[in-house]
Amino acid sequence: MADYDIIVIGSGPGGYIAAIRAAQLGFKTAIVEREHLAGICSNWGCIPTKALLRSAEILHYGEHAKDYGLVLEGSFKADLEAVVKRSRGIAVRMNNGVQFLMKKNKVDVIWGEAKLTKPGTIAVAPTKKPAMQPQGPIPKGAKGEGTYTADHIIVATGARPRALPGIEPDGKLIWTYFESLVPAKLPKSLLVMGSGAIGIEFASFYRTLGVEVTVVELLPQILPVEDAEIAAFARKAFEKQGIKILTGAKVTKVEKGADSVTAHVEDEKGGKQTITADRLISAVGVVGNIENIGLEALGVKTDRGCIVIDEFCRTNVKGVYAIGDVAGPPMLAHKAEHEAVICVEAIKGLHPHPMDKSMIPGCTYCHPQIASVGLTEAKAKAAGHEIKVGRFNFVANGKAVALGEDSGLAKTIFDAKTGKLLGAHMVGPEVTELIQGFVVAMNLETTEEELMHTIFPHPTLSEVMKESVLDAYGKVLNA
Amino acid sequence: MPTNILMPALSPTMEKGNLAKWLKKEGDTIKSGDIIAEIETDKATMEVEAVDEGVLAKIVVPEGTADVAVNEIIGVIAGEGEDAKSISAPAAGAVPAKAEAPKAEALASATAPAAAPAPAASSAAPAHSGGSRAFASPLARRLAREAGLDLSAIKGSGPHGRIVEKDVEAARKGGGAKAAPAAAPGVPAAKPTAAPIAAGPSDEAVKKLFEPGSYEEIPHDGMRKTIARRLTEAKQTIPHFYVTVDCELDALLKLRAELNAAAPEKDGKPAYKLSVNDMVIKALALALKAVPDANVSWTDSAMLKHKHADVGVAVSIPGGLITPIVRDACHKTLSQISNEMKDYAARAKARKLKPEEYQGGTTAVSNLGMFGVKDFAAVINPPHATILAVGAGEQRVVVKSGQPAVATVMSVTLSTDHRAVDGALGAELLQAFKGYIEKPMAMLV
Repeated sequence: MADYDIIVIGSGPGGYIAAIRAAQLGFKTAIVEREHLAGICSNWGCIPTKALLRSAEILHYGEHAKDYGLVLEGSFKADLEAVVKRSRGIAVRMNNGVQFLMKKNKVDVIWGEAKLTKPGTIAVAPTKKPAMQPQGPIPKGAKGEGTYTADHIIVATGARPRALPGIEPDGKLIWTYFESLVPAKLPKSLLVMGSGAIGIEFASFYRTLGVEVTVVELLPQILPVEDAEIAAFARKAFEKQGIKILTGAKVTKVEKGADSVTAHVEDEKGGKQTITADRLISAVGVVGNIENIGLEALGVKTDRGCIVIDEFCRTNVKGVYAIGDVAGPPMLAHKAEHEAVICVEAIKGLHPHPMDKSMIPGCTYCHPQIASVGLTEAKAKAAGHEIKVGRFNFVANGKAVALGEDSGLAKTIFDAKTGKLLGAHMVGPEVTELIQGFVVAMNLETTEEELMHTIFPHPTLSEVMKESVLDAYGKVLNA
Repeated sequence: MPTNILMPALSPTMEKGNLAKWLKKEGDTIKSGDIIAEIETDKATMEVEAVDEGVLAKIVVPEGTADVAVNEIIGVIAGEGEDAKSISAPAAGAVPAKAEAPKAEALASATAPAAAPAPAASSAAPAHSGGSRAFASPLARRLAREAGLDLSAIKGSGPHGRIVEKDVEAARKGGGAKAAPAAAPGVPAAKPTAAPIAAGPSDEAVKKLFEPGSYEEIPHDGMRKTIARRLTEAKQTIPHFYVTVDCELDALLKLRAELNAAAPEKDGKPAYKLSVNDMVIKALALALKAVPDANVSWTDSAMLKHKHADVGVAVSIPGGLITPIVRDACHKTLSQISNEMKDYAARAKARKLKPEEYQGGTTAVSNLGMFGVKDFAAVINPPHATILAVGAGEQRVVVKSGQPAVATVMSVTLSTDHRAVDGALGAELLQAFKGYIEKPMAMLV
C-alpha cells in the first residue's frame, strides 16, 4: 500500500489548494516544497507586489493631498527599507497561513526537491536551489528526504522567470521579479523589458517612487493580452506619469557597466538607440518548471515548456497530474487554484465541470488598474463574431469624480446576434475589484438584457459597467 | 385507496393540453369507461375516459385551464368505501411521474388506440414535465427561442442540470433533430422539437405600429400555434417547387351526375353523394400508385417510399384548419371516400378528430374552388412530399382541333418537396392525375 493517496509537488496556489481539497475529500495527502510554502504567488509574486503597490498608492495620495483639501506638514516620503520590510512581512504571513492550513487539514509537509522515479513513487532530496533571501524557516514537523509513494501524484511545480539569451538576470544589474521586490536602494533609472502584468506593475511602482522608468515592449502594444483600446488608454496614463514607453522595440544586446546597464534597442523599422539605466528588470514572461522532476523517465508529455494535460488535469501517464503554471497558460494563480479543485474532485470521481478558459479574468495592479475577461474586440472579430461594443468613461461616473479618480474606461463586447457577453475590459480605479461582476455574468450566461435589468448601486464605480452595457445597445444614459 | 386522474398524453408527442370541460362533478359516481372530461390539444378536442371506478372526489384542475402538462394530476377518484370528502387534493408533483406513467398510457390507449408511441418520441419526453420551468441560462433560453427549440427537450450539462449555451448548440446541430422521428405511413408524425424558426419582429415591435386600443388582442389557441409552427417549419425547411396543369372536368362532372343519380336509397336518403373533391382525392391516390416514386417522405438519412397512398384533405374549420387523412385512398371506392370525408368534416368542425386521424399521410389536397379561386399554391404539410392545390371548375374557352370550344376546366397546382420529388417527377404525377380526372371511368375499375 502506498504511503499516501495523493502527493502534491509544489505548494503554490495550485498545490496547496489541491492538498486542502484532497484532505477535505478524505485522501491521505502530502505536499512537497523545496523553498517556501504558498509558492511564488504569496512569497515573490501576487501578494508582496500588491503590498509594494499599496505603499506607492498611498505615497501618490500623500503627494496629492492638496487635491483633497488636506495639508500634509513636514516630510512625506517613501522609506524604501520599511516599504520592503512591510511587503516581506506580508509574504511571511501568507506563508504562515498556508503552514497553518496544512496542519489544520492534516496534510504532511515534505521538505526538499521531489523527483518522480517510477509511477506512484517520488524521491525527495535536499533542496539544491539557492534560496532567495529573506527566507522563512522550514516548517516544524516537516518530513525530509526519502522515498514516498502515492496512488496519485499532482505536479504543481509552477514557473520561473524566462531568461533571454545574452540578457540573463544576474541578480545585481539585471533583475527578475525576485530582486525587484527587495531593492536595497532605489535605482535612479530603470529599464523594464516586457510590458505584461509583471513589467507594468514594477514600472508603475518604481515610477511612483520617483524612478525614471523606460518600458521596452517587443509587440506593437503594451499589455499585449489586453484589448488594444484599453492598452492605448493605459499607455497614455503611464506616459502622463512620466514613464517612457517603446513598443515594437527589441533589446538586442545589453552591456553591463559598473553600476548600470546599456541596452541596445532596435525598433521595427530598424532604427537603433541605446538606453542606459541603473538597473534592468527582465519581465519577458515565465516558463514552466518541468526540469529535473523525472517527467522524462516516466514519459510524461510536455509541449513548449509545459506539461500536457486533459480537461481534468490528467497527463498521458496514469496517476500523474499537473496543475497551474507548469500545466500551461494562462499562468495565473486563480487558474491554478481552480485546476487544483477540478483535478482532485475528478480523482475522487465527483465529475467536476472542466474549466472554461474563455472566462478566466486577468488583472494588472498598476495605476490606473487594468482588468479584463473574455475576448478582446480584435479577437472577437477574428473569431467571426458580429459584435456590439459599448464604452463608458469614468469621467461621467459620480463616484469616480468624488474619489478624484475619474480617468478610466469600461468596454463591453457582445455578440450582436445572441447578446452573449463575449468580453469586458476596464482600465481605471479599482477595476480589478469590479471585473468579477462581469465574470459572474459570463459564467451565468447572461445576455445584455439581464445586465440591463440588474440594478447597480449608486453611487459606485460599478455603474460604469452598466453604462457600458447600455452603450453597446445605444441606451447609455450618462453620456 | 384514492386514484389520481392524470392529464393523459393523447398522442405520443403531446406535452400539454387545455382542460376544456369536466363532464362529471365532484361527488359523481364514475364507472370505468365513463367520459369524465374533455381535453383540447393542438388540433382536436378529445374525451378522457375513466379507467377506474369510484366517486369523483376532487377536481384538482378546473375546466378552462390551459396548458396542463401531461401526467399532472387533474382529479382524484375515491375508491369504494372511501369518504370522498376526506380526500384532499394532492400536491402537484407529489406523485412520482414514473410510477404513474402506465396509468397515463392506459388512459391514452383507451381514447387513442392506434396511437402507438414511437420510441423516439418517448425518448424526447420532456425531462422537465410536470409544468416546472426549464432550468436554463438566459443565453440558452434566447438561443433556443431563436432556433425554435423546446428547452424541455434539451438535456442540461451545467450545474444541477442547468441548460447552458453549448447544450442548445448541440441540440441545434443534431441532438434536437433526433427528437423528430422518421415518419412512416400510418404512424402519427412526431412533432419535431427542432423546428428552425427565424425570429420575426417582436410582439412589442408589431404592436407599436398600431395605435393602442385600435385592435383587439386574441390569444392564440393550440390550433393556431400549431398551424403557425408547422407551416413556418415547412416553408423554412422544405424547398417548395410548383407545377400547374389544367384539367378538363366535363367527363368527370357527367360521371359524377350519373353516379349520384344511381345512388341507392338508405334510410330514405341516398347512400352517397359524391363531390368533385372526393373524385380528386381518389384521382390523386391512383396517380401516386401509378407514379410510386412521388409517394415518398424525405428524411435526412433516407427516402421513405410509401406503400399506401394516404391522402390528407384540408378541412377549414372555425379558427383554423385540420387535415384528416383518407388512408389507402386508392383502394377505397368513391362512395367510401365520400362518406369518410363527410364524417371527418363533421367531426373536424366539432374538433373531435383523433390524432391518428389527422397525423401522418403521404400527400394532401387543398381545395379552394368553392370560393371561386382559379389557382393557388399550397404549403406542404410534412411528412408529405406533395400537396395538390385545387382551383374552381369553371367554363373556359379552350382550343380543340384548332377551333375555340367551351369546356369546364379546373387548374391544379402541385407543390413538391424538391428534396424528394423533382420537377419532372412532379409533372409526371400531375400528368397521371390529369389522366384520371379527364378519363374518370378509370377510377371505377
